[in-house]
Amino acid sequence: MWRDAALVAGKDLRIEARSRVVLHQVAPFAVLVLVLFAFALGPGRGPMVHAAPGLFWVAVLFATVIAVQRSYGVESTEATRDGLRMSGLDPAGIFLGKAAALAAVLVVLEVLLGVGVVLFYGASVHSFGELAVASVAGTVGLAAVGTLYGALSSGLRARETLLPLLLMPVAAPVLLAGTRAWQAALGTSGAGAGDPWLRLLVVFAAVYLALGVVIFGPLQEAA
Amino acid sequence: MAPAVLLRAVVALTGRFPALAGVDLTVEAGQVVVLEGANGAGKTSLLRVCAGLLPVTSGQAEVLGLDAGRHVRSVRRSVGLLGHAPSLYDDLTVFENVRFSVRAAGSGEERVEEALALFGLDGRLRRTGAARLSAGQRRRVALATLVARAPQLWLLDEPHAALDAEARELLARVLTAAVAGGATALIASHEPASSLPLADRVVSLAGGRVVASGPAAAPRRSDAHVA
Amino acid sequence: MSAVAVARRHRLTSVVGAVGLITLGLTVWLGLWVTPPDKVQGDLVRLVYLHPPIAWVALYLAFGIAALASVLWLWPRTRSAMWDRLAVSSMEVGVVFTALTLVTGSIWGRPTWGVWWAWDARLTSTALLLVLQLGYVALRRIPSDTEARARRSAVAGVIAAVDVPIVHFSVNWWRTLHQGATVLNANLSPTIHGAMAWTLLLGFVSVTLVFVWMLAVRYRIETLGDMVEGADLDTALAERWAEGAVPEPAPTAS
Repeated sequence: MWRDAALVAGKDLRIEARSRVVLHQVAPFAVLVLVLFAFALGPGRGPMVHAAPGLFWVAVLFATVIAVQRSYGVESTEATRDGLRMSGLDPAGIFLGKAAALAAVLVVLEVLLGVGVVLFYGASVHSFGELAVASVAGTVGLAAVGTLYGALSSGLRARETLLPLLLMPVAAPVLLAGTRAWQAALGTSGAGAGDPWLRLLVVFAAVYLALGVVIFGPLQEAA
Repeated sequence: MAPAVLLRAVVALTGRFPALAGVDLTVEAGQVVVLEGANGAGKTSLLRVCAGLLPVTSGQAEVLGLDAGRHVRSVRRSVGLLGHAPSLYDDLTVFENVRFSVRAAGSGEERVEEALALFGLDGRLRRTGAARLSAGQRRRVALATLVARAPQLWLLDEPHAALDAEARELLARVLTAAVAGGATALIASHEPASSLPLADRVVSLAGGRVVASGPAAAPRRSDAHVA
Repeated sequence: MSAVAVARRHRLTSVVGAVGLITLGLTVWLGLWVTPPDKVQGDLVRLVYLHPPIAWVALYLAFGIAALASVLWLWPRTRSAMWDRLAVSSMEVGVVFTALTLVTGSIWGRPTWGVWWAWDARLTSTALLLVLQLGYVALRRIPSDTEARARRSAVAGVIAAVDVPIVHFSVNWWRTLHQGATVLNANLSPTIHGAMAWTLLLGFVSVTLVFVWMLAVRYRIETLGDMVEGADLDTALAERWAEGAVPEPAPTAS
């Protein structure tokens, strides 16, 4: 399973490195979202600083939807989907590989967005470690659910509209917890207030990774 | 030894449509069978059932001695399918595409080089992105992948489409070698003349069922269906 | 299924439905006229006989049944079309009850909070739940062959079900850990005693019965739909065979 996961992750990442879709399209889109929020909330710094953690995670959520669609876009034809099924790869491995590649791409995006948030909204970081851990945990959770729902909707006719509808509600706890954790890390809420949220993010990631490993096999057969 | 393919009264649906409406077919190991029939007769669906890609709604389907429903993954590992459209990753090079498939199947990577060389894909084409290949070249890559994986059951769907004479020749040689080594092949074609030299048997499909079956040299149509 | 068995099941369903509706009416009557108003909330408390039962049915019963049925379908040994039908029936009827939970919750909160909507823990979780259920229903509507659709729905059902407790906890923490909680957090649960307790119990029973009745009806619709599809299949097979009987044009020798 792990070998297969590494193989698939490598393949997805190599494709991304070659085609640079995330770099050239998704990243600018995410930055654009931040700018639009500034239009909506600004120009005074106050509301923006206060909302910065939440805005960060909303932007991440939007970017996740697009990144998931891209991740499954490389297997957009029935032929490539068949190819993946015929390949003999362990479905759990395919799931972990795709989720890992997605998470890696999202983390890079988040670094970009994080810098953007600090720059644009004037937020200041108190606890970088907490910030990093929260972001990674949240990202892994998003990648897991995203990979699951992406597989579910790939090949379906209404997939562009279906994916956000399916993904957003399930990802809502990540938005909630991530925002609170970031608030703690940015010092806008009390000390130690981020801990329960951090735990929630880790639990979310663990639960959906485990679920994905178990359920991806049966799921693939519906392609 | 168990037959390579054993289908009994197989009904398979694509959506609501019965692509296969009761197929009976037995193929012994080491045989080369050509499936012929008009478009829509069910040739592709039959191949997909044998590949474990199309679930069987009713009837019995056994591939290489394994139930195609219960042991899908084992079936897929031992089977190689050359579909209508080659499944390549546009953003990867020829070499990377073949290597991915070979690694996925757990075979050794030396086969990648062999297969590429065999189909004339080493050299300049090796590093070409799959998106920039012509249809014929893509077919060759798909074939190279198949050869590199060396499956026990070869399922070829219209293999001669988009292949030039040289590639067809290569395919014939490769297939003969594989069959000599114990592999079995099912070739779907509505241009059966090209595949006849290789075939042991020709099976005719129509309306999702087998309507005639006979050795390659004999007349292919049963008396009930006079044209 | 034999015609007699179908008829018998249909009658049982109708009986359940009738009992459910009658007890529901009884609950409403008791709730509105017989039980006393609350000291704090006045007449508004009468919603307690309906809102919590509806919420319980929407969340635990409907979602729980759908989740369980999804898992049973996915497990190869227990796979059966029955579970798929049960899952979709439960989810769809659940949508109705979830929406009702939101409506009754909103009505209940309005006089206390002064607004039609407030981001209290239960309403927010329920709203998310509604979207989860709607997503499931939307997924279901995409035309597909039965097996693939059942598979996709079952997976979606499980993913959503796993999310329910997570949503609950996170939204709860969101409300309680959030500093500056205002009147919006006012506890809507009154103290229950005497006649009120019986009425509440009756409320639970009656709403559950109504749910079961709607579930059974929806299940029957799904079963009938599948039977029609089965009949369609026979027609389709016959047509397909006819295709094969038409003599093919002689293949041109190339």
